[in-house]
Amino acid sequence: MTGFMSLFRRLEGPQTVGRGPAFWSLFALVLAVALAYPQFSDGYTVGNTVYFFVWVFIALSLCLIWGYGGSLSFGQTAFFGIAGYGYGILTINFGSAYGFTLIALVAAVAIAALFAVLLGYFMFFGRIAGVFLGIVTLAVTLMLERFMAQTAGPEWRIGSARLNGFNGMSAMPPLTIPWPGEPIVLFADVGLYYLVLGLLVFVYLGLRILMNSSFGNVIVAIRENPERAEMLGYDVRKYQLITFVIGAALAGLSGVLYTAWGQYITPSSMGMTAAALPLIWVAVGGRSDLTSTVVGTLVVLAGFQALTIYGSQYALVFMGVLLVLTVLIAPNGLVLGVMNWLGRLTARFTRKAP
Amino acid sequence: MDIATLAFSALYQFGDAFAFLVLSACGLAVIFGMMGVINLAHGEFIMCGAYVTAATVHAGLPLPLGILAGTVVSALVGVMVELVVIRHLYDRPLDTIVATWGLSLIATQGTLIMVGSTMAGVGTPFGSFQVGAYSYSIYRIVLFCAALGVLACLYALFNWTRFGVLARATIQVPHMAAALGVDTRLIYSLTFACGAGLAGLAGGLYAPTMTLVPTMGATFIMEAFVTVVIGGADVFLGTAPAGGVLAVVKAAMTSWQGQLFGQIGLLVAVIIVVRVLPKGISGFVLRERT
Repeated sequence: MTGFMSLFRRLEGPQTVGRGPAFWSLFALVLAVALAYPQFSDGYTVGNTVYFFVWVFIALSLCLIWGYGGSLSFGQTAFFGIAGYGYGILTINFGSAYGFTLIALVAAVAIAALFAVLLGYFMFFGRIAGVFLGIVTLAVTLMLERFMAQTAGPEWRIGSARLNGFNGMSAMPPLTIPWPGEPIVLFADVGLYYLVLGLLVFVYLGLRILMNSSFGNVIVAIRENPERAEMLGYDVRKYQLITFVIGAALAGLSGVLYTAWGQYITPSSMGMTAAALPLIWVAVGGRSDLTSTVVGTLVVLAGFQALTIYGSQYALVFMGVLLVLTVLIAPNGLVLGVMNWLGRLTARFTRKAP
Repeated sequence: MDIATLAFSALYQFGDAFAFLVLSACGLAVIFGMMGVINLAHGEFIMCGAYVTAATVHAGLPLPLGILAGTVVSALVGVMVELVVIRHLYDRPLDTIVATWGLSLIATQGTLIMVGSTMAGVGTPFGSFQVGAYSYSIYRIVLFCAALGVLACLYALFNWTRFGVLARATIQVPHMAAALGVDTRLIYSLTFACGAGLAGLAGGLYAPTMTLVPTMGATFIMEAFVTVVIGGADVFLGTAPAGGVLAVVKAAMTSWQGQLFGQIGLLVAVIIVVRVLPKGISGFVLRERT
């Protein structure tokens, strides 16, 4: 029981911004609004919100690997794609009966994680770091995109699932929860919303605990100074590999949910543009903090969609400008900057009060 | 088919792959080797060179002048980019990757908006010649010679000119070079311009052989990155031998299984090489020497 309680104490700590009653009551308020929100909205808008939430997982994965771990990975979309295709292939072959879609979800995430173990072994145990890591992961992503894009012919099939080249796979069953009587099919509206929201809260709190645990402290120590961490007796390679695999699994989860949400997945979800977008969300939000990443991702995504209505071509240019400006002016991220400022402000107030 | 034509065919494919790898990588390698900056907008500099070349040729100038124009314009754009963005990020190498990626996004999308989704190409000059049952493009031979020429020029530039000496001094110990009165900022600017210009040159040289689309940079960057990663930080001890080794892998895989497997072969090669030689070929060579 005490072990369980100490787990909760890890929810706040040096590695995450936001602590104390003020932060957690705000958290509860936001959560309550998020829970009540579908009751006051229509199916399309709720489905769109699910779409936003789906991307938060890949943003969190990048936040973990890049922000906390200090190794810039462009390969998150590779894991996204692998898991997305994995889910499609599994569910098209085996259908959605007996809750198989949920097994497929876990299996697809596991495939992505396994791929990350393989790739990560070569990279981290080869002591690849810094810019090279980014290049190798980017090359892997682009390679996967090119490979999937040329699978148009009928010979590219796994079981009864055609890979369909550039057009991608579609018509896989959505996530289905087995239920006595009638299984609950989670189409992209209220049903899927609550599942994804639940997963999001679970992952967010779980990552907070992980990052404030000794594991998280070591990860940050490695980011700050790998040699020092090594001299203190930590096997840097192992810690980096584990972080990379956790991140890959999260990116994979994002991919599965995306595939289940829209019931399609295409190679372009692994292309240059797709790989750049998570980077923009995380960089603008504030890569070294989980909360900033979540808030930043949702804000930038909403802004991007609003811009797309006026012209999707210009929206991408704007995203590029936003990224360059963030790196030049606010390298720690805009949302994190605002949150730190708010934190200082409240600290001043609470100090004045007594 | 007798042995001689077979050998020629293999040699031709090797030369083609070598030229592509070296030409697309040397701009990136100069910037990375000299400044430690990975320029993710490298592909877009190549695209810029190709577009300018095509535009000049359409305007009626001969192709060599067009290629020159592409090189110069890319170098000028490089100077601008260095002044506005890269200069502020020298102490944050990871952030330069991110920022140049933002630039690449802007350039690709901006070109799409301004020029449209495709641009009329330039015909491949020189025609072809026959060896055995197959015909080969003469222009590919020219490209191979151009790759060798670029390597020779770079060697001369960095070893025999005052700029080359100052650049190498700046790279080795920046503070010492600055203390001795070298304008290191200017050197960095010029080096970046040189890398961007080389990218433009690659674009100009390949403009007659491919379709001009805003995303054409993406066809180059993977090969360029792979070559630089395997080669390591030194252009001559790294990029050139890496280009040679990878050209063998690529040519063999391509003639065995097709274009895509040529690229997959490259990727597998890079992952294995970084595991064995983390600092690339040049790191391996230099360690052997000292």
